[in-house]
Amino acid sequence: MSFPWAEQYTPKNPVMVWIDEKLPLPRLAYNAVGAGYPVPRNLNYFWNFGVLAGLALVIQIVTGVIMAMHYGANDLVAFSTVEQTMRDVNAGWLMRYAHANGASFFFIVVYLHIFRGLYFGSYKAPREMVWLLGLVIFLLMMATAFMGYVLPWGQMSYWGAKVITGLFGAIPVVGEPIQTWLLGGFAPGNASLNRFFSLHFLLPFVIAGVIILHIWALHIPGSSNPTGVEVKGPQDTVPFHPYYTAKDGFGAGVFLIAFCALLFFAPNFLGHPDNYIEANPLSTPAHIVPEWYFWPFYAILRAFTVDFFFVPAKLLGVLAMFASILLLFFLPWLDTSPVRSGKYRPTFNKFFWILCLDVLILGWLGGAPAEEPYVMMSQLAGAYYFAHFLIILPLISRFEKPLPLPGSITEAVLAKYGKTDGETVAVPAE
Amino acid sequence: MVRIGAFLVGLFFAGWLFISFLVGAVAYVSEPPQPTVEHEFHKPVKHVSFSFDGPLGKYDQAQLQRGFQVFKEVCSACHSLKFVAFRDLQALGYNEAEVKAIAKQWAIKTPSVDPATGEASSRDPVPSDHFPKPFANNVAAAAANNNAIPPDLSLMTKARHHGSAYVYSLLTGFQAQPAELLKEFPDAKTPEGLHYNPYFPNLNLAMAPPLTADGQVTYGPGQPKPTVDQMAQDVSAFLTWTAEPKLENRRRAGLATLIFLLIATGLAYMSYQNIWADKKKAA
Repeated sequence: MSFPWAEQYTPKNPVMVWIDEKLPLPRLAYNAVGAGYPVPRNLNYFWNFGVLAGLALVIQIVTGVIMAMHYGANDLVAFSTVEQTMRDVNAGWLMRYAHANGASFFFIVVYLHIFRGLYFGSYKAPREMVWLLGLVIFLLMMATAFMGYVLPWGQMSYWGAKVITGLFGAIPVVGEPIQTWLLGGFAPGNASLNRFFSLHFLLPFVIAGVIILHIWALHIPGSSNPTGVEVKGPQDTVPFHPYYTAKDGFGAGVFLIAFCALLFFAPNFLGHPDNYIEANPLSTPAHIVPEWYFWPFYAILRAFTVDFFFVPAKLLGVLAMFASILLLFFLPWLDTSPVRSGKYRPTFNKFFWILCLDVLILGWLGGAPAEEPYVMMSQLAGAYYFAHFLIILPLISRFEKPLPLPGSITEAVLAKYGKTDGETVAVPAE
Repeated sequence: MVRIGAFLVGLFFAGWLFISFLVGAVAYVSEPPQPTVEHEFHKPVKHVSFSFDGPLGKYDQAQLQRGFQVFKEVCSACHSLKFVAFRDLQALGYNEAEVKAIAKQWAIKTPSVDPATGEASSRDPVPSDHFPKPFANNVAAAAANNNAIPPDLSLMTKARHHGSAYVYSLLTGFQAQPAELLKEFPDAKTPEGLHYNPYFPNLNLAMAPPLTADGQVTYGPGQPKPTVDQMAQDVSAFLTWTAEPKLENRRRAGLATLIFLLIATGLAYMSYQNIWADKKKAA
């Protein structure tokens, strides 16, 4: 993980000297998350969420591996082995609730992380690869979360699996064979459950691998910052350790407080009661809804109700749902404004907050029943979503007049804390 | 090139959604959706308070024991409780000998194999057994219950929104069909063999009112009067325990964890401020 402007590592302790000669792991850690990684000094709390997402992944892997020790991936026993874990395994209830709520918190912090990237233009050159790899992680997370939700084999597990694999069934001609191939049968069953378990165990480690690439790609240009102005000299940065390790430690504490408050006092708040009913292929739940973190995309899926000539509405919905995520891969080339931070982009700023509201509304509608007036509302909200990224954003970045940018990171920091005396002027020149 | 493609894709999806909206809006205005009988007459759960309400509430052992008694004498004739074992009853305050006796005297026997002949037989349950099911299988359950299978109750209060209050509302909510309902929806008369209950999602359920008279179950000395309302509350509390037996452990552990985290986070904040002290001031 070497990058052009990393600080040189010079171990003092003879043990470290010995290790570093044989395997430069201490060097790697020093340059990746240690004192050898200079980071802009003006990062705000939104820059905490990358580390928090990593923490959430660790929580998921630890609780998940323990859960797997007590789980039976067989449609006859899956539901009852999960219940047994809750009742008869020491702290089994804790592992189960931590894993279920941990998935939600993983998405919460990743959505805030993406929000940060969108507002502060972190996806722009030279950090396109960081953004693209982040989206790969996001897609892998969605696949992992979906398959994980199937494992308890409750009613929503079963019907969710049926609906989501049914999306592939909407593809003309080859759709149904693909759906059958994915499920290993004509409906979700033991074969589906087994492969979902296998993949659900595998994918988090793939995510961990892509996270390494994500951080590696980040370390080539270094972290972005709220002004969007690149680092101009050493006075603009602080070493990652101890400055940001300390800040991330505090952030992790706040994250854990929120996580534990939900986990211990309202562990089923984000879940659906129907998933405490064992899967029953003969009884369809009144409203099939996925977990909350899929709701915005689910609303887009269901918003298409009118066939487009020979293209059925269902296929349009599927295409639009995939497009709504895949379009993010083109974002670095859709938003051509050289100014990164939304703070200095007055027009972008307004439309950005409309987008945020729009996505929240889509989320609410995705959880609502597929009835009027919700469907009409999700059609309008979905239309804005596509228009924002594909039409409005490219136009804004072309015609917008940005506000003047600060000359440097240090200048912005000094403006924030106020210049008090003559000494302050000396700092940038340090 | 990317932007032209994006513009066209965006125009297509946004445009088609807008057209779909117009189509939907025209239909909505010309043919407004008709109110359904469920929409008009389904009631939200009744308000009822339990000792385990709130973030630090605890189960009331005496109430759980009364609820267990209602389950044993009324519900267990038709409903299974398959995720709960007799040994779990110790959490209700019964000692080992009492649990043994409860298991031994349970009306339904545990399926077993005759050790001499290998043929199917049954035996008295022991504390390590889960509650035996009242019907051998779903076909038998449906045959004995007017074609409806009585659901397992172990997780019932977690399998419904506001489960504890829902069970209580359902048990006390049986009533004659309101006259206004039949006037507005003449086709919605409760079918033969079903029972009207506004707390049930589709308003008519197969289960007959199980708690019909005060004193249906005889409570021990020093306990409240077994009115229908009291019995319904008690059995709802019992079923809350069967669904979430670790509730008290969870809340205790949660309180300790949060206190620890608050202190640790406070310290982390102080060290963060300390480390940044020279960078945050205007030098």
